[in-house]
Amino acid sequence: MGRTIVPIGPYHPLQEEPEFFTLTVEGETVVDIDVQLGYNHRGIEKLSESKSFDQTTFLVERICGICSTSHPFACTRAVEDIIPVEVPERAKYIRTIIAEGERIHSHLLWLGLAGHFLGYNTVYMWAWKLREEILDVMEILSGNRNNYAMFKPGGVRRDIKTEDITGVIEKIDSIVPTLEMLKKAVIDDPVLHARTKGIGILSKEEAINFSALGPTARASGVARDVRKDSPYGAYDKIGWKMIVTQNGDVFDKAVVRILETFESIKIIKYCLLNLPAGEIDLKLKNIPAGEGIGHIEAPRGETFHYIRSDGTNRPVRHKVRAPTFMNLPTYKATVVGETISDATIILAAIDPCYCCTERMAVRTTKGKKLYNGEELVKLSQAKTEKLRKKMGY
Amino acid sequence: MTREEVLNDIKERFAEEIIEVLDKSARRVYIEIKPSAITKVAGYIFGDLKARFNIASGIDARYHMEILYHFTIEDINLLISLRVKLPKPKLEIDSLAPLFEAANWIEREMYELLGIHFRGHPDLRRLLLPEAWPEGVHPLRGDYKEWDKSAIRDRGV
Amino acid sequence: MSLKLKALLKSPWVFHLSTGSCNNCDIEILDCLTPRFDIERFGMLLAPSIKHADVLLITGSCNRQSVVRLKRLYEQAPKPCLVVAIGECSLSRGMFIHSYNCPLPLDKIIPVDVYIPGCPPKPEAIIAGVVKLIEKIKKK
Repeated sequence: MGRTIVPIGPYHPLQEEPEFFTLTVEGETVVDIDVQLGYNHRGIEKLSESKSFDQTTFLVERICGICSTSHPFACTRAVEDIIPVEVPERAKYIRTIIAEGERIHSHLLWLGLAGHFLGYNTVYMWAWKLREEILDVMEILSGNRNNYAMFKPGGVRRDIKTEDITGVIEKIDSIVPTLEMLKKAVIDDPVLHARTKGIGILSKEEAINFSALGPTARASGVARDVRKDSPYGAYDKIGWKMIVTQNGDVFDKAVVRILETFESIKIIKYCLLNLPAGEIDLKLKNIPAGEGIGHIEAPRGETFHYIRSDGTNRPVRHKVRAPTFMNLPTYKATVVGETISDATIILAAIDPCYCCTERMAVRTTKGKKLYNGEELVKLSQAKTEKLRKKMGY
Repeated sequence: MTREEVLNDIKERFAEEIIEVLDKSARRVYIEIKPSAITKVAGYIFGDLKARFNIASGIDARYHMEILYHFTIEDINLLISLRVKLPKPKLEIDSLAPLFEAANWIEREMYELLGIHFRGHPDLRRLLLPEAWPEGVHPLRGDYKEWDKSAIRDRGV
Repeated sequence: MSLKLKALLKSPWVFHLSTGSCNNCDIEILDCLTPRFDIERFGMLLAPSIKHADVLLITGSCNRQSVVRLKRLYEQAPKPCLVVAIGECSLSRGMFIHSYNCPLPLDKIIPVDVYIPGCPPKPEAIIAGVVKLIEKIKKK
């Protein structure tokens, strides 16, 4: 059979970022895939060599907008590993709170985009609406919606005010019921099962071979999480579960992310309630010559920073490795052999649900019935129930 | 195996190839090895010790090019960094990509950004830099100089 | 004001283009579409193709690889096409000004109508920027 090359990108309506995929297809089946990068390359590793240790945290914050906590976190840990020092307890807790807040909003963002990729724009709206609440919380805690600038070598830049804590906890609690509904909607939905189960499977062996990270690896049954394997921050003082599923398909990746959001909420609440008193900054003056490694668990997997210092106030070499660098090549294992319609789902990863915006009121044409948000959700749930029965679930 | 057993095992098995072991802290060990032995040692750590390949980082030192291969053994919470020093100007080393897929992209990246040639890499071409980037210019090298005369580096105020 | 511009201002469709950004501005643009801000109320819609768009929202520091595509996309856009630079990177390249891969600022490559500063600008700022753009055109 003849082969056709299908280009996706670099500026494709499905992708928010430029990336160029070339799919080689035989009929409907994908036989080869290649990714061309470089549309986002800004030479940050080189730029970092011209910044002082205090400034590098701001630079690495701008590597990725969604991982704007993970990179400074790993970077400061790398600098602290050069000396080596341990940061004060209170700083550890604050760092953990910010990192987990980022995990929640990142997973929600992904959930929404995944719905958007599938054509379920309602999910996109719903998840992003929830995400706004988390961004509000982050704004209360750090002063900004994204790019929190909380991290510095030796501690954190800003303290969390005691009077803010109750309000923040209330706000976090208020999103839990909606999140529960989203979770049920995704995990029980038969249409979703049909669309995502058994698709884009990454086997355990492949996950190890590619050194896959984060939810991508955990969905394939590889119990790998830096927070557990090499505890940092306050993670070893908190009881939380690592979510691992076995199938490695798109559905499992979604499930891992959703369940992780709940764990993150648990962690944040614990940290806020048990925030120890004390200093938040070591006020480091000089960084000695040497080399250090910092790795932490970002929402997408392990972020890895290697820094070498020669005793001056600037790094000689700063190596940054984002989790996607290891996760993206796994597409070679997951997309090949699938049909082209599924390829986009696997490339984009998915996680949809049904719902409608809360503040909408619908007037039906017949009669004078007025529906509010809650009733619409109920209607939608009833329809899913019907579907499930029809499809034999 | 415990941390000590793993380290002793590596030291005994590769006594010939190891130049220096730097036991930095409880979680970090740096092992310098001969460049010719990289596939043997890295293959053992990845395959037999079930380590995860974190990443490799190339560093341009004045008289040699250094590559650090970072591996994590998760069960014992140990990060092993294999250090090799390649004398300038012949920058060549065996590729790890045939052993495990995870090394594929980072070797392509080091090839373009630092100009290190990886022998036996299945697909050694550019990863990040644009097509118009001149051949033989490697931005992460210490002697990199701006080549583009049309570039504007001030804010215009 | 030309008839074309007058028609355009009723419901400007936007196309979003990232030229090597950190993704934050792109997310804030998408945020404008979601329930809290909901710019669709004003007739603004994210167009999937440049050929349907009236306004080009550009983020990012214009790296070498995407500049080629940026020029091509601008040529393809139906004129009149308004260009909005969003975020510090597309205004002046911000902290990436000395990067080897970001040689030129955006306004040296294509003409820009409105600049929205911020790293990232809040969705409110983006909406305010677009409103100012509309006012500016109306005055012409």
